[in-house]
Amino acid sequence: MMDGQVPEQALQPLIYDISAPGRSGVNLPECDVPRAPLPADLIRDDLPLPEVGEVQVVRHFVKLSQLNYSIDQGLYPLGSCTMKYNPKLNEDAARLPGFAQLHPLTDEAGSQGALFLMHELQGWLGEISGFEAVSLTPAAGAQGEFAGILMIRQYHIDRGEGQRDIILVPNSAHGTNPATVTMAGMEVRELPADAQGNVDMRALHAACEGDLRDRIAGMMITVPSTLGLFESTILEVIETVHDAGGLMYMDGANMNALMGVVKPGELGFDVMHYNLHKTFSTPHGGGGPGSGAVGVNEKLKPYLPGPIVEIIDEGQATGPTLDMPVGATYQVAHERTDGSPQPKPGDGPEPPLYGFVMPEKSIGRMKAFHGNFGMHLRAYAYIRVYGDSGIRDVTRYAVLNANYLRARLMRSYRVPYPRYCGHEFVLEGHIEGVDEVHALDISKRLMDYGFHPPTNYFPLIVPEALLIEPTETEVKEDLDAFVEAMERIAQEARTEPETLLNAPHTAPVRRLDEVRAAKELVLCCAPALPSYS
Amino acid sequence: MSYIPHTPAETRTMLAEIGVRSIDELFEAAPQSHRFPALDLPPPMSEMEVAAEMLAISEANDHGQDFAIFRGAGAYHHFIPSVVNHILLRGEFYTAYTPYQPEISQGTLQATYEYQSMMCALTGMDAANASHYDGATSLAEAVTVALEASRHRRRKVILSHAIHPQYREVVRTYHQGRDIRIIGDRGRGEIVDLLEMLDDNTAMLALQYPNFFGQINDLATVAEAVHEAGALLVIVANPMALSLFKSPGELGADIVVGEAQPMGVPLGFGGPYLGYFAIRQKYVRRIAGRIIGETRDADGKRAFVMTLRPREQDIKRERATSNICTNQGLMALAASVYMALMGKNGLRQVGELNYHKAHYAAERINRLDGYSVDMSKPFFNEFVVACPRPVEEINQALLEEGIIGGYDLGPHYFHLQDHMLLCATETNGKDEIDRLVEVMGGLG
Repeated sequence: MMDGQVPEQALQPLIYDISAPGRSGVNLPECDVPRAPLPADLIRDDLPLPEVGEVQVVRHFVKLSQLNYSIDQGLYPLGSCTMKYNPKLNEDAARLPGFAQLHPLTDEAGSQGALFLMHELQGWLGEISGFEAVSLTPAAGAQGEFAGILMIRQYHIDRGEGQRDIILVPNSAHGTNPATVTMAGMEVRELPADAQGNVDMRALHAACEGDLRDRIAGMMITVPSTLGLFESTILEVIETVHDAGGLMYMDGANMNALMGVVKPGELGFDVMHYNLHKTFSTPHGGGGPGSGAVGVNEKLKPYLPGPIVEIIDEGQATGPTLDMPVGATYQVAHERTDGSPQPKPGDGPEPPLYGFVMPEKSIGRMKAFHGNFGMHLRAYAYIRVYGDSGIRDVTRYAVLNANYLRARLMRSYRVPYPRYCGHEFVLEGHIEGVDEVHALDISKRLMDYGFHPPTNYFPLIVPEALLIEPTETEVKEDLDAFVEAMERIAQEARTEPETLLNAPHTAPVRRLDEVRAAKELVLCCAPALPSYS
Repeated sequence: MSYIPHTPAETRTMLAEIGVRSIDELFEAAPQSHRFPALDLPPPMSEMEVAAEMLAISEANDHGQDFAIFRGAGAYHHFIPSVVNHILLRGEFYTAYTPYQPEISQGTLQATYEYQSMMCALTGMDAANASHYDGATSLAEAVTVALEASRHRRRKVILSHAIHPQYREVVRTYHQGRDIRIIGDRGRGEIVDLLEMLDDNTAMLALQYPNFFGQINDLATVAEAVHEAGALLVIVANPMALSLFKSPGELGADIVVGEAQPMGVPLGFGGPYLGYFAIRQKYVRRIAGRIIGETRDADGKRAFVMTLRPREQDIKRERATSNICTNQGLMALAASVYMALMGKNGLRQVGELNYHKAHYAAERINRLDGYSVDMSKPFFNEFVVACPRPVEEINQALLEEGIIGGYDLGPHYFHLQDHMLLCATETNGKDEIDRLVEVMGGLG
């Protein structure tokens, strides 16, 4: 839209299209200090932002929001993404001034609440997955992976085995796994899957016991696999790689199938990442922010990305323990009668002092400051709600829901791998005898029935893959409605395939011309471009 | 079972459908030796109790509602209009996934396209992506783009010491596995000294604008020198300063990155923030992360879609230049709403308020006995103060008066012991600034 005109057919004008010179959406205070002269030669002449009133801004973004599908509207069975309900309680907590208006470089004494919370969360995540230590700093799962592979790399270098530069990756892996290995300056070797969807053990043994043995740095694997299956051979896989001198990385994207079922650290994994925005209910936000803590065993502990939170000083008391009302302790410690933030001696036992520490041989910082704290506090509240007796239920009901959908959908679709699944399963989006209908068409048609489609064409090793993950927060009625929609679509494929091929019919827009987008590459609307360019 | 809706009767029906008697039977493939371990976690809590605990924990922090904040150093306390939070709380936005299915994600897609457009407007660049994790990782990704642009023939990266120390640390973390040299930031080199390091092995030179010390350097001639050496000029810019000062695009930058937290994202103890990334058209296909482009649907209706997808990790796998998947989608939305509300005049007004408040504070502190402020170069909303005592002591005294003082530069810069980096924004009223000056004066 380079001519600046609103196309005749547009869902919603661009914010620039509703701009009018002189209009404003804010009311700012007058300057209450003397004005200093501006350095004229350094000041810009144009600032091509739109000019829109507050009411118009609100309506614009509310209308845009209504063009989205979201968890708050319905089932979002996007495999490998764990689109579970995002508790409202957590959103309120994140907006408390004590969190939202806390500067990241506040002195230790003034951020004890935040540090305590991070310390507890580190401990809980470690407990859930059986790891010795956890760093919350990675900003997303992909960054957690990157941190994990950098740790493995440095571990080998420090042992004088810097030649270990190969990371084994199953061909069913998330694309981030091989991309991460390349980013770390290491080499990927792909491993095939066997007919059961497990890692092909012969290929693994060949890789670990052949000429490359001394170059094996480790292996990245998702548990349960991206097919939603527990690898029945997982202990042998771990042992084989360890015997070759490699370390085991677990991609924790599917942790929603593991909580209280197995602890990856106890299985023998050396390092894994968590996706707080999947397993621990922090919102996906239309693409982010994520949060990807990493957990490690004793071997890799010194290499964790920093900073991590530790108890710097034990204090006089045992400190806020899990069964002690933490608030009470902190209120005593921080009672301010004279504006002083210092603990008042004699008002109760002095709590421990938490502080940031850079691990001894840390691979470094993954981002500025200390990770996506807003996600940490949501994950904290989430684990607090479920507690020791409830966390396992998250996994149990996630797996129940997935197996229920699988059992029902097997009647109308081909489901490879005749085994119970974890929290997700893959089916083939291909209707026998109707070759022109593909997984994509089924997905688009699901939109007309009011559902978000499953993940398409992943994992790559299943033809026409539809990866379905309902999560534990979905109620049976909605699962049944989804099954009915899928059954009707299978019928339609046979009787009226055109309906699928042209779907969606009821979404705000029809299928898009993606080739045109990549070719014309309009990434910025014309009025925003600077006048000099 | 707070967020799990199953009734016992439903669970039984579902188990019967699957053909098992209990949920636990579904886990038979998990190694039996390690199945169903005990979990040492605290007991469950009701919503009411968790809410009370979160409030108690939050109040154990020294935050902006109880304290006047004069600390910046990469995270800034700005006014955020109410509208921003109300839009962020639309479940349609925050509980949606990445817009892989564009037909039912046009809201996220158009809002992100508008974010990209407004970031182009601020930076003076041709294109911006849908964001990176934060300012530091944006800079690390810029290094990758610069190396790629030279097809990895150039292996030297020059960083100014006046780039945020943590950003430089992150660049080193990201590129520790590569055979490259990162130089320029170990000493106290001025821009002219950095320009002398340029050679035909240099992939890029990066500067911060305003720099970490708050100063605005005249960069009019820098781009020419960098381009003459065949390298890329990367500018790390505070977008709030760009409301007032010449855009990096106008100054000849090839890539502009930085932290867009000041545009509508709260301090939040350091994250989630918003790493913006803007670039010249020439290099746009080398950009990492998500990008939204305009297109048409089957009826010719204008619509938006994630484009240049073949660069990304899920398609290119080990040949991708970055493993990034998420962007800071919701933070980009916050910035969109913020910029739309502020608009051309509002943002300029905020920029000027920052400038005047900081200059008022700097001039008054400079007149205090024992203190001095380097006023030799123009600055925006931050400035360096040489103090008569350790910064820690001054900050302790300020804290007792309800003020969070400046950032101690000593631990990062050997030559800046007893120097603090102070920041004033539109949120600091004259009375607060006067109180700050008074307390500091008492310690002269």
